[in-house]
Amino acid sequence: MNASHAWLASLLTVPLSAERMRELITAHCCTVDEMVRLRDDLSGVVIGRVVEAAHHPDSDHLWVTKVDAGGGALLDVVCGAPNVKAGGVYPFAPVGTTLPGGLVLERRKIRGALSNGMLCSARELRLSDDHEGILELETTAAPGTPLLDAIPLGDTRLVIDVTPNRPDLLSHAGLARELAAAVGARMRLPPVPGAPSLARAPAARADSEMQVGGVRVRLEDAEGCPRYMGAVMRGITVGPSPAWLAERIVAVGGRSINNVVDATNYVLHELGQPVHAFDAAKLGGSEIVVRRARAGETIVTLDGVSRTLNADTTAIADHNRAQAVGGVMGGAESEVTPQTTAIFIEVAHFDPVRVRRARRALNLSTDASYRFERHVDIELPPRALARVIEIVAAVAGGHVDGAPGDLYPAPHVPRTVSLRPARVATLLGDAVPQQEIVGLLTPLGFEVEARAGALEVTVPSWRPDVVREVDLVEEVARCRGYDTFSSELRPFRPGTVPESSLETVSRRVRDALVARGLLEARPLPFVKGADIGFVRVANPLSENEAHLRRDLLDTLARRAEYNLARMQRDVRLFEIGAVFLPSADTLPVEELRAALIVMGHRRPAHWTETRPPDFDEWDAKGLAVELASAAYPAAEIALESDADSDWLWSVIVDGTRRGGVRRVPLDAPVWAAPAYGVELTLLTVPSAFVAQPGAARYDATPAVATANHVQYRALPDTPAAEFDLALLVPNDLPAAHVEKVIRGASGELLEQVTLFDEYRGDAVPNGFRSLAWRLTFRHPERTLRDKEVAGRREKLLRTLEGELGVRQRTS
Amino acid sequence: MTLDEFLAAIAALDASSRARVEAADTPAALEAARTELVGRKSGRLTELMHALPGLPPDTRREAGAAVNRLKTALESALDDRRAALAAHAPAAPALDRTMPARREWRGAKHPVTLVVDEIVEIFRELAFTVATGPEAEHDWYNFGALNFPPEHPAMDLHDTLYLAKGALLRTHTSPVQVRTLQSYPPPIRILAPGNAFRRDFFDASHAPVFMQIEGMAVDEGVSFVDLKATLTHFATRFFGKTETRFRPSYFPFTEPSAEMDVRCTICGGSGCPACKGTGWMEILGSGMIHPAVLESAGVDSEKYTGWAFGMGPGRIADLRYGIPDIRFLYDSDVRFLEQFAT
Repeated sequence: MNASHAWLASLLTVPLSAERMRELITAHCCTVDEMVRLRDDLSGVVIGRVVEAAHHPDSDHLWVTKVDAGGGALLDVVCGAPNVKAGGVYPFAPVGTTLPGGLVLERRKIRGALSNGMLCSARELRLSDDHEGILELETTAAPGTPLLDAIPLGDTRLVIDVTPNRPDLLSHAGLARELAAAVGARMRLPPVPGAPSLARAPAARADSEMQVGGVRVRLEDAEGCPRYMGAVMRGITVGPSPAWLAERIVAVGGRSINNVVDATNYVLHELGQPVHAFDAAKLGGSEIVVRRARAGETIVTLDGVSRTLNADTTAIADHNRAQAVGGVMGGAESEVTPQTTAIFIEVAHFDPVRVRRARRALNLSTDASYRFERHVDIELPPRALARVIEIVAAVAGGHVDGAPGDLYPAPHVPRTVSLRPARVATLLGDAVPQQEIVGLLTPLGFEVEARAGALEVTVPSWRPDVVREVDLVEEVARCRGYDTFSSELRPFRPGTVPESSLETVSRRVRDALVARGLLEARPLPFVKGADIGFVRVANPLSENEAHLRRDLLDTLARRAEYNLARMQRDVRLFEIGAVFLPSADTLPVEELRAALIVMGHRRPAHWTETRPPDFDEWDAKGLAVELASAAYPAAEIALESDADSDWLWSVIVDGTRRGGVRRVPLDAPVWAAPAYGVELTLLTVPSAFVAQPGAARYDATPAVATANHVQYRALPDTPAAEFDLALLVPNDLPAAHVEKVIRGASGELLEQVTLFDEYRGDAVPNGFRSLAWRLTFRHPERTLRDKEVAGRREKLLRTLEGELGVRQRTS
Repeated sequence: MTLDEFLAAIAALDASSRARVEAADTPAALEAARTELVGRKSGRLTELMHALPGLPPDTRREAGAAVNRLKTALESALDDRRAALAAHAPAAPALDRTMPARREWRGAKHPVTLVVDEIVEIFRELAFTVATGPEAEHDWYNFGALNFPPEHPAMDLHDTLYLAKGALLRTHTSPVQVRTLQSYPPPIRILAPGNAFRRDFFDASHAPVFMQIEGMAVDEGVSFVDLKATLTHFATRFFGKTETRFRPSYFPFTEPSAEMDVRCTICGGSGCPACKGTGWMEILGSGMIHPAVLESAGVDSEKYTGWAFGMGPGRIADLRYGIPDIRFLYDSDVRFLEQFAT
């Protein structure tokens, strides 16, 4: 909503600056996004006082003056205006000023006399067409004061972000009503310059049909148009608008079209009532029918576009065809033109939902549709019609033919809402005395009547948002000012909601991966998927992101490629986020997952190690174990080889596959290192409707997950005995299998088994590898004797040979 | 061997060994001398000691004492010589301690996570816990239960990405309010950080997915004063010494609704382009929970009241860290993310 400061000021009984209006609107109504000074093209012009004026020696019409422009020294200025005189105060443009139209003033000689700037006429400043001489100012402002500050020239536009619940603020009168209430002033409509005093015929009311000044008006679609008023004016002269009218229209960002159209737009911006004027001569059959559009019916609207209507749209038709899209835009055929001498003025109330549907179907938003969608006061049309007639008569002449008509089958019944002052105190936290409540509501048009324990409040017709008690509590709070309420911390009780397990597990996983040097990413979850296997967005931003991802590694792979494209070889990213899997239910299955991708150097280069090793499978396997341990701290975690898929390993948590490790194929340049990824499902996010409201209960003593607690083991106080075992292991025999046999055959004194070497080479026969384990034994109470250890070694070698056919490497 | 022969051998060894020790001029030569003289297997002194049992029994004591004297003397000579060599040894080259340290990769939380963590931390002190909900949501939780009037312009503020019929990507984290109110009895004090989705094209200040953090407190007697107090406390903790300002706004699910501003962090309140000359910066939207929302969730709206707020940690991260374009938050450039390593 664009509001003009000057316009608002004209509606108020006390003067308020634009800044003050901004403060008041912000504090009591809604946000003022911007203040735009409308004549900023005059910002360089200042007040200049002519101290001396003498005839130019070489010219009979030029003057050489000395001007005080506030800079200290007097300036020599040459002037050609006949009305310049010593002591006079004029607009002065110093050297360097850009005048409206783009002329930049320079110091120059005029017939030999130096001129340092220009004294300006009204036309040079684009204030009017007057160029009889320079503009004589009556101001006490000191020389040098910016012209815009000295005289009320530059209107200021306030750009106001009116919230959807406050349609009453979409007009100058509505804003002025709030401003007046806030400062204890009154709002009143200013007189229209040059308005004749018209004998006002009262409007005639009917339910569905009547004659208005020779036009037959019929209301068939009362659902789409609950109230339709009209009047006919004849003998008008269409022409340019007078300056006061055009200025108002321009000030709110509009374009002056002609006096009649400007008059209708003026009323829209002044009162918030959209008004449309038809050329009465163009109405076929001298008829107006307010009806649903016929499916497929077309109309050329005022913007010259041919549009097809649907049956949800209210058409304002003549005998033959639609002449306007109700509540949205007029038609080109009956447009007011310079030849128009008679008009039919429409002032109606259109249903918000129906206008919204029409606007969306036509993809055509206008000042009118914007207001009707949000609700225009249904009691406003009589005043708006009187106002538009007054203005048209003032700017285009003419007279009203007959009585205006008012088709209004179901008149508005005011709503009453009761308000308990005790409830105000409960909700707002500070008590507001009843007298004060009445004093706050009344200036806004609420009628308040005190009853026992409650106030009966009648809601004005322009406030569709006030329907229940709490809405009145808000009125009290905002009119009083939110800042008048205290902000002391008061006692509270702790809540009953336990920490979400999604949050707990996310935190654990994030901390673990950050500690391992990984970087958290938060990429977008959209992918170009397929229509089977993916969840599709019904109205995607583009076909390239029409699906929700079903795994995180895919997203991270694209992010790794993004980094490669920026010459980053070392990438280590992780993400904790949701994936979406198709389901037979309304909602997809949503899983919270964690994934990571590593590529390039395992650590930063250092002068002791110019080329650190690259991340490999074993790093990824280790990260997978860490990730899974962080996510499932009490569980048994195993990484199983996954020979039959793209995965190197599956991550098995308590017997169930929860994720995997794989090499990640990338669209990568030759210098890129291989990328490895891990993905793990953390939890399924519950998304069904809460089945038994109130069933969840916070357990005051939540079960302590003892399995998560580390149990202390006694530190050894006897020495360990260890030996190494180098075995020739066939290539197809997994090391884990051999290790399992070692553990089984070593007895309970075995403390640790570590695979520390793999070797393939000369001394190792084909089809074999040498694997070396270090075994550590320890007796809890005494030192093991050499013979005991040797005995274990012998037994172990026998078992390995017997069970696996594996022998010690001898060379 | 007689005692005399033995003592002569000791004397000879004594004389030659001292010269041998003195002649050693490197640690290696000294070690060779030590092995030759007193080495455990074939040192010359060791050999003499092995010869002791061959002496007549009545002379062994004297011979043994002589051997021990020589052994002590030799070890002492070796120690002295070792110390002398060490004293004159050329110093090992000193460390150039200006050389760079060895480093590991540093991990980092995402800047939006950092901001969320900081916010959550402040509210935890006031006994809030974290609640969550799904990102793919029922229409009813996202709009219906939150008092959105159907076919109303309020819906235009939520340009929605729809999935199947009745399903959408939540446009805010407020559905968590309803899910929580349905599940747990008051008193309730929760925070709900999470992703929200809008059908916005990606540019410097808009993203189709963004982080939001919701907060809610519901109990008997919870009031607008509590809302102001808690959020002002938060603002002071988060932004340091600042002023707050509450002003009217509109959200279908709160009534009264309020936006909270803090003093502009760029100009401190004197007015600048970042705050459009107002000196204030909008930080969050809030309000008293609309009774219709409590009723949707089955909560007695006459007995219980509550307040709620929502804010965008992404925008706050941009402000706090001076990030000029929100797309950096999504690009996942490692050079960007590394800047947030702690």
